[in-house]
Amino acid sequence: MTSDRRTRNLLLLPLFLLVTACATTQDHLLDMNTSQVQLRNIQSRAFDTTDKEKTMRAIIATLQDLGFMLDRADYTLGVVTASKARADTMQMQVYASLRVTVTVRPRGEKQLLVRASAEYQRSPVTDAKPYQNFFNSLEKAMFLEAHQVD
Amino acid sequence: MAVLLLMTGCAAVTLDKDLNLTPEMFAQRQMQTRRFDTTDEQKILKTCAALLQDTGFTIDESEAKLGILIASKERDATDAAQWAVFIVGSFFGVAIPPDKDQIMKAFVTTRPVGGSGSQVAVRVVFERIVFDTEHRLKKIEPLNDPKMYQSFFEKLSKALFLEAHDI
Repeated sequence: MTSDRRTRNLLLLPLFLLVTACATTQDHLLDMNTSQVQLRNIQSRAFDTTDKEKTMRAIIATLQDLGFMLDRADYTLGVVTASKARADTMQMQVYASLRVTVTVRPRGEKQLLVRASAEYQRSPVTDAKPYQNFFNSLEKAMFLEAHQVD
Repeated sequence: MAVLLLMTGCAAVTLDKDLNLTPEMFAQRQMQTRRFDTTDEQKILKTCAALLQDTGFTIDESEAKLGILIASKERDATDAAQWAVFIVGSFFGVAIPPDKDQIMKAFVTTRPVGGSGSQVAVRVVFERIVFDTEHRLKKIEPLNDPKMYQSFFEKLSKALFLEAHDI
């Protein structure tokens, strides 16, 4: 009986490994590690304006101030993607890159929702602090306060 | 030695510092921006596109509605001084492969400024990616020589028949 169970467990082991491998790939594709709602809150701020063009221009100006190079921007979709990569092998500075996608969309009648999602060294950024820093920088360019979204 | 080890692990971009505005970034902005007395932002953007093309750049991305142009070009990065160091270094067995190729990038933004948008501010940022003779990434750096920016804006004002003002 015990031996039977052990055999069954042994047989199940490769299956488990297989399942684990699948889960990892899916984790990377959809990045399900952090709670989606929690992450969305960390990455989003609401601004008291409905001027999409002005908001997108402020986002682009902020990214340019921060030394980012723009990869693409689409007004209709309200999407801006930029990256900052630096390396200097002579100065012993290892290659590192930070990519950010920022989206702008209406939130109710009187607000715009700005959401930023960053990727650093091939991993998603899930800490609140870097986003806080980005929105602090953006606030200055917007001349508007960034409201936390619940 | 310990310092050297510490420096080896130093990432060139970090989450702590690269999303914060610093006073140096404002100084950069000043060097990279000029204002022109015109209300026609689209005309400035078109002239910038033509100027980039004149200077050998290829336009990679643009969004006129937001005042954006991104361009790049691939050029030779051979530096005679580096080759001299390389040849001398080879004798002592400490040869550092010299620079070979580089990709230069330009990121132009325009935006209406001043009372009722009476002026247009143009900002350009240049950076380059350098590869050595063995096609390995050697450097990604912003180009911070004020002369490059001065020269870009001089050419732009000539093309626009407008005077460029410092911000």
